[in-house]
Formats: sequence, structure tokens, C-alpha cells
Amino acid sequence: MAPDTRPHVPATEEQGSEPSDLVAGEDLALARRARAQLAEVAPEPGVPKPDPLLVADGVRKSFGGLVAVDTRHLEIQRGTITALIGPNGAGKTTLFNVLTGFDRRSEGTWQFADQDISRMAPHRVAQRGMVRTFQMTKALTRMTVMENMRLAATGQTGEHLLSALLPGTWRAQERENTERAQALLERFDLAAKADQFAGELSGGQRKLLEMARALMVRPRMIMLDEPMAGVNPALTQTLLGHVTDLRDEGLSVVFVEHDMDVVMGISDWVVCLAEGQVIAEGPPEAISDNRAVIDAYLGARQDLDEHGPEGVL
Amino acid sequence: MDLIEILSFAFRSAVGPLAITFALAAIGLNIHYGYTGLLNIGQVAFVMVGAYGLAITVDVFGGSHVLGALVGLGLAALLAVLLAVPTLRLRADYLAITTISVGEVLRLATRSSQAAPLTRGADGIAGLGGPFYALNPIPPGDYGFWIFQLGSERRVWLMLVGWGLIALMCLLVWALMRSPWGRVLRAIREDEEAARSLGKNVFSYKMQALVLGGVIGGLAGVYYAIQAAGVAPDTFDPRITFYAYVILILGGPGRVLGPVLGALIFYALFQGADVLLRQGAAGGWLPLVEWFGSQAIGATRLALVGLVLMLLMIFRPQGILGDRREMSLGA
Repeated sequence: MAPDTRPHVPATEEQGSEPSDLVAGEDLALARRARAQLAEVAPEPGVPKPDPLLVADGVRKSFGGLVAVDTRHLEIQRGTITALIGPNGAGKTTLFNVLTGFDRRSEGTWQFADQDISRMAPHRVAQRGMVRTFQMTKALTRMTVMENMRLAATGQTGEHLLSALLPGTWRAQERENTERAQALLERFDLAAKADQFAGELSGGQRKLLEMARALMVRPRMIMLDEPMAGVNPALTQTLLGHVTDLRDEGLSVVFVEHDMDVVMGISDWVVCLAEGQVIAEGPPEAISDNRAVIDAYLGARQDLDEHGPEGVL
Repeated sequence: MDLIEILSFAFRSAVGPLAITFALAAIGLNIHYGYTGLLNIGQVAFVMVGAYGLAITVDVFGGSHVLGALVGLGLAALLAVLLAVPTLRLRADYLAITTISVGEVLRLATRSSQAAPLTRGADGIAGLGGPFYALNPIPPGDYGFWIFQLGSERRVWLMLVGWGLIALMCLLVWALMRSPWGRVLRAIREDEEAARSLGKNVFSYKMQALVLGGVIGGLAGVYYAIQAAGVAPDTFDPRITFYAYVILILGGPGRVLGPVLGALIFYALFQGADVLLRQGAAGGWLPLVEWFGSQAIGATRLALVGLVLMLLMIFRPQGILGDRREMSLGA
């Protein structure tokens, strides 16, 4: 691929650019450069990034008197894996919900790919290329695995009521989507299950399906809410492999995770939330001995003494 | 016991105009509940609006039956939009609460004396259907053989058109539900948050589903007004909705032919049981009336339907056409 001659094109216009690329999304060279640039960024909360895909300002979400999220400034660098950590109740999932439009913000604005999406409905956010998964997997149980995949493709002509009645208008597109879905299912080791109901899959397979399904949207950023929760160690390794592969193909990944081995192993950047605020961010090495992070976990977890900070971080 | 009479009456009812009306109403409900998971407990409101749309257009404004039918369908669509706007963004229960009350409110409003200039109050509007029968190409006579008795040429014409409409609606539902559009509806039924996270405008699809199913409910109303040659407000009580649900659950929700099969079986059972019980009462071998009074036959008939439904829920919870494997995943 030619080095960054291409400007930032909205994801929607990039659809179907190359039949071979499965996860679409970003310019690979651009993403790689962005990842390399991260090394020069100072590990301070709210630090500006050289090539941010997501820029959030003053995002605040309160439920009545409880302020769940209150971040001053947060940027997510393009083409990287960013981990969102923090003790239980720190507001990680709420931040996810607010950024993706699933929860209405109380205050704040944020731009995704230079576009203000802070008032956008969740489905429009997804269409722009910011796709999230859920802590509790949401496989569409009474639809087949393949139907789950096909559903997620964007810009389907057949999803309009009138053209739905004219199969000629959507058959070809459906075939293309099926091919891409098949390729993704193979990649995620689900091809053999394509015709089974999603409800018949095991918990781990559902996690894989949810990830594969999110990719059908051709996202630029994928936001995984505890992708490894309740997954056996072997599958965790598989999932990790998939996540790093996605990053290496130019996708930006943000994920919430509690397992610090996982976080330290694959993240390019770690953001630590406590009581709704970003208290630290930086590369994994810098985070693991950050005083504020250790304090936040100490406050939340009494048993830290036994393991020492490294046990958690 | 005269089995021929029972079977003949059961058949006559199963394919008759009332069964057709319910089949149409249940096809609409199937789009709401069976495919999209919308809990509409006021399908009767759409049926009523369709019937009264036709009746008022013809009776008060002197319009043609065709215009009346279009008005009826249009009003059903409008009602769906009005219901959708405030409720579809809320939790599923709110649609249920709203629809069940709208049905009753409409019935009470229609029969009130203030509405009488338009609706003729509790008496309702009579004298519909003339132009419909004027189009009847079937020569006069009595049709049918053995236990398969259809009735007069007027009734045959009604049934012909009714089953034609059912076929058309089934075709429509089949074509839609195999398309990506129908796939989005089913995804919403399974988990609307997931559908949203994949870029689907859930509100818009729910709205479309509500309107489409409502218009088919309106069509049931238009058909009902013609077959009954009139409308009366108290016909449209909440039982219509509940019967439509019984029919849908009996046949298998989320299946194209579920509501049709459900209506056939429901009416065959319902009317067959009636004849059976009456025969028993007349023949003296089932002294229901002696035991329980004059209301006993109707009540026993309902109890029998309830029993059949219970047995069905125990042995075939997915409905007759449903897929057990699919059902077991629903929980």
C-alpha cells in the first residue's frame, strides 16, 4: 500500500474498496505510523496524541447525584490497542456507553475521525465506524451464526422496506456479504457453525461471534467491553491473537479489561479510570508503577498487600 | 351425537369470513409480535379503525367502498404512527399498556353520544357491502358437498376474496421476512441493543413493523365491515386481540403460515365445540344447562379452548408450525 497519500476518508466511503480486506477500516501505513508515534507521547492524564481517532472533552455522565464519568480530556491514538482499566465502578462501561451513544451524556463533546458525534444516536455512531461489543455477550440467539454476520453488514439495500420486496436489488450484495462473512467466520474458527443457531454456541464461541460480527460493520475503531470475561485461558490467548491481528491490520481497538496480564501483554497504551476520572495514562510499563494507579487499586482492594502491586498490575 | 353436523359446521366456520378476519388480524399481529417482538395488546384498535374508516366514509360522506377501504387502511397506518412515536423509544411494556388502553378508548369513544353524528353511537352503521356483492361473478346457488359446505354464492364470493387477501398478505410477509429487512426485525426481537450496536435504526424499523402490521389489522377490519354488512362498536372489545393472540400462538408465532393455520384450527374447534355441546344439551346426554344454567354452553366452550391451549403450551410451546429447537433457545 502506498504511504499516506490518502487523506482521512470517512469509513462509509471506503466500503468495498478491496474485496480481499476483511476488516477494512483504516489506511495501514497511517495506522502503523500512528502507533509508532505513541512512543513520544508523555504519560500524563489527558495528554494530546499526535494522530487521535477519538478526542473527548469534558465528558460527564451523572445518574442523579452519582457522577459516573467525569473525564477532562481524553484522546485515543489511531491504530493502537488502548486498554481501559480501573477498579470496579470506575465508570469504564459507562464511558463506553456514553461515547457510543447508548447512554445520553450529561455534558461534553467528542469527535470521532474529526467529526462531532456527541449527539449521535448509537446506530449512527456504529455506521460511522465506531462499533462496540457488550460485557454480557449479545448473540442473537434464535438467528443462525451466518444470519448474525449478514445482519451486521452496513449499507444493505435490502434493508429498505420497498427494495426488500425486490430480491434483484439486493441479491448480489447479499452474496458479497455472505462471502465476507464466511471468510471472517473461518478466521474466527466458526465456519463449521455457520448454520447453527447462535444460541447453540458456547460462551466462548459467542465472544468470537460477537467480535467477528462487529467486524462485518467495517469499523475503524472497535470497542470491546471485557472481551475476555468468563473465557478459558486457551480461548483468551486466541482472542488476544485476534485483537492484535486487528490492530496490525489498521484497526483501532479500545478494550475494558480486569486481567492485568492481558492488559500488559497486548496494550500499546493504558488509560486508568477511577471514580469516573482519568487518573493516569501511558504505555503499560509506565502505568504498572504509577502511584495514582496503585493507590486507586489499593483503595478498592484490601487484599493488594498480599500480592503486592504487581499482583494486580 | 351427529358427527357429520359437527364436522360440517366446524369446516364451515374454519374457512368462513370470521376466521378470515381473524387470520388477517393475526397476520398483522405476527409482524408485531412474532417477528419484531412488539407486544401490541390492542390489535383490535387497528381492526376497528379499518372497519370504521370504511363505514364512516360510505355512510356519512357518501364515498365509495374502495375509497372507504383506503381511508380505513390509511387510518390504521396513522394510528400506528401515533402509537409508535411516544412508546417505541420506551421499554416494551409501555407499548403494551398504551395499545390495550387505546383499543378500549376507541371503542368507548365510538359508542358515545358525542360521536354519534359520525359513528351513529352504540347502534353502529349498517347497510355496507352492496357494491362488493355487485361485483360477484359467482352464479346463484348453494355450494359445497358432504361435510364441506360453503353456503350461498354471496358467502363463496366473500370467502374467495378473503382467502385471496390472506394469500396476498402471506406472500408479502414471506417476501419481507426472507429479505435483509426482515432479518433486522428478527434481530430487534432477539436483542434491540445488539441491533443498535450494529448500526441499525431500531426505532425506524419498529415503526415500520408497527405500521405494516397495523395496516394488515386495518385490512381485517375493512373485510369484517363488509362481511358483517355493518359495524357496531361493541364488537370490537379486547377479546378480539386475545383471540388473535391465541390464534397466533396456536399456529406458531414468527411463521408465515402460523396465523392462518391457527385461525383455521381455532375456529374449527371453537364452533365445533359449540355444536357438540348444544347437541349434548338437546340430546340430554350432557346436561350442562341443567347443572350450570343457560350460560353454561358458552362458558364450557371457552373452557375447552383454554384446555386445548394449555395442552398445546405443555406439549408444543412453539405452536404447531414452530421449531422446538428454536424455542428452547428463546429463554
